[in-house]
Amino acid sequence: MASASTVQDGLAGQGYVASADLAMALHLSLALGRPLLLEGAAGVGKTEVARALAAWKRCELIRLQCYEGLDAAQAIYEWNYQRQLLAIRALAEAGETGSAVEARLFSEAYLLERPLLRAIRQPVAPVLLIDEIDRADEEFEAYLLEVLADFQITIPEMGTLRAVTRPMVILTANGTRDLSDALRRRCLYAHVDYPDRATELAILQARCSQVAADLGAQIVGFVQDLRKEALEKKPGVAEMLDFAAALAGLGVADLTEDAGVLQAALATLLKTQADRAAISTEVAQRLAGRAA
Amino acid sequence: MRGRVTRFAARDAGPAARVVGFMAHLRENGFRLGIGETELALAALAAAGVGEAAVRRALKAVACGCAEDWARFDAVFDAYWRNGGRVRSRAVPAGTPPAARSAMLGEGASGSGAAPEPGTEAVGGGDGEGDGEGRLIATAVRNLRRKDLREVVPPEDIRQAEAVARALGQALRDRRSRRRKAARRGAALDLRRTIRASVGTGGEPLRLMRRRRPERPVKIALLVDVSGSMLPYARAFLAFMAGLMRRDGAADAYLFHTRLVRVTEALREEDPLRMLNRITLLADGFGGGSRIGEALAQFAATHARRFVDGRTVVMILSDGYDSGSSDALAGAMARLARRGCRIVWLNPLKGWRDYAPVAAGMAAALPYLDLFAPAGTLDDLAGLEKELERL
Repeated sequence: MASASTVQDGLAGQGYVASADLAMALHLSLALGRPLLLEGAAGVGKTEVARALAAWKRCELIRLQCYEGLDAAQAIYEWNYQRQLLAIRALAEAGETGSAVEARLFSEAYLLERPLLRAIRQPVAPVLLIDEIDRADEEFEAYLLEVLADFQITIPEMGTLRAVTRPMVILTANGTRDLSDALRRRCLYAHVDYPDRATELAILQARCSQVAADLGAQIVGFVQDLRKEALEKKPGVAEMLDFAAALAGLGVADLTEDAGVLQAALATLLKTQADRAAISTEVAQRLAGRAA
Repeated sequence: MRGRVTRFAARDAGPAARVVGFMAHLRENGFRLGIGETELALAALAAAGVGEAAVRRALKAVACGCAEDWARFDAVFDAYWRNGGRVRSRAVPAGTPPAARSAMLGEGASGSGAAPEPGTEAVGGGDGEGDGEGRLIATAVRNLRRKDLREVVPPEDIRQAEAVARALGQALRDRRSRRRKAARRGAALDLRRTIRASVGTGGEPLRLMRRRRPERPVKIALLVDVSGSMLPYARAFLAFMAGLMRRDGAADAYLFHTRLVRVTEALREEDPLRMLNRITLLADGFGGGSRIGEALAQFAATHARRFVDGRTVVMILSDGYDSGSSDALAGAMARLARRGCRIVWLNPLKGWRDYAPVAAGMAAALPYLDLFAPAGTLDDLAGLEKELERL
């Protein structure tokens, strides 16, 4: 029988290092068929989980990026109006009228599938990633609850479409807005934190094998210390990987060797003016010295 | 600190019952769980495999719903399964965060009849508002408080305040949604419905259906200063706060003096007296000094991240006399403003003839305010309707 460690190993095979808590939550989500809500700061690898899961399960990843004002027409389905209009003209000239036209206009051929509808109509269960659900508004959450509750979508003109397969659903949020209790209760939950030193080093080795081991340890130590500084936007895992790639590309072998290069490479880690100002050359050198 | 594994009584009905007991234990500690979660927990345990670590992680994934739950879970788990001692709802430990504390008080009051209810101790204040069968219990908790909010805010004030809060709430409610909804008149065509209707007229879109952007309510986050210097105005402000919360399901309320407490849940209490009781318990230190900067910084860093967005009006009721540094206040205001909200500061002293924002704190906050207005009484608040409409 599958267990949490199977999930952990499977994801590791795709270059994703999952914590034990996260692996258990994913395993339960797969075993019980419940959606999984992932929360955590930006850049800790929430979206990446879904990508790794899809790659491991060898299935499609269907992604729905949420934003304010997202509605059913963009998330579930929409009719192809242009085609419908053309068809109405053509059919009228051909002499067809009434209910025959209607039946034809509201058929599969004129239906535009959006991510949610597409996800429940796949022959092989896909991974459905609903990214940044807290950016969508409350009304959309209500639509979503309905779809997640019984995996069926009702289109008034066509009837109810039931799920062919149950997608594995992963929702991510990073606290733009408080989610409704109803949604939280439908989902299993895992909080993803910044990885600890050992985990982050494992991630770096899995994703950027061209970085030498001792430079890798320095990079991870440096980024871990940097996160402890009072920054507006702490660098995430993706930023750390960019930083490592930048240093490797610049041919740096030791963080302390060239203050100018290090300062330039910080562009991959610090993304606001205030943060750049806070980490001056002296601060960066002190952190690099500690990491070395 | 983990003790030995808890030894359950022999008459205990087995693992399922213990999990049910654990879920009840979580509820007592402020986790929001229903019967559905208990079923889910049992299913999860069946799928999780054996071993303490697996059980802990499985229950964690099921029971937690937000980051605070996630951080607290391990301690609560140890308390139940590892003999850490169960936390009773009546003995509030000092280290419990305020949110959990309010939830626990709520549980205690609505739970078993045997537990002394903190909510009933106040009845008999002489204004005839109580339920008449109050019991005089545990006063130890009460003696710790220096000021009692019940003496400050009579329940009839709250009713009056509700009317004011309703008017203000309506004045703010004019921002429009980005989502379009079907409507008889509107700026955009609703193609879907237009085509649907045109089927009946041979494909000619004779009736044009439209969509418009509906009005969207604005959320209000209210922060009330209850430090010593604000005591003369506490009555009006607290009543307004209570009134607003009872009118507006989306509003959010906080008290601050030297620290910040979220009182939203407590203010939603049906019975005004019970509500005041819960707030009194939460607002420990009421009437003391004020550190506005720190309290606002705490708000900006924690609650604001979850509850404040571009559709929120943050309303601060304070006199701006800050015993902390004004830099801290300016920083906190800047951070808050970056969430895209509008900030209204109502200051009772501003109405005075000779008053200028001389308090260093007030001066530091001024650049970030969308509206800075005087308000010391409920009538003043009612008069703000016009100004809020203009925001």
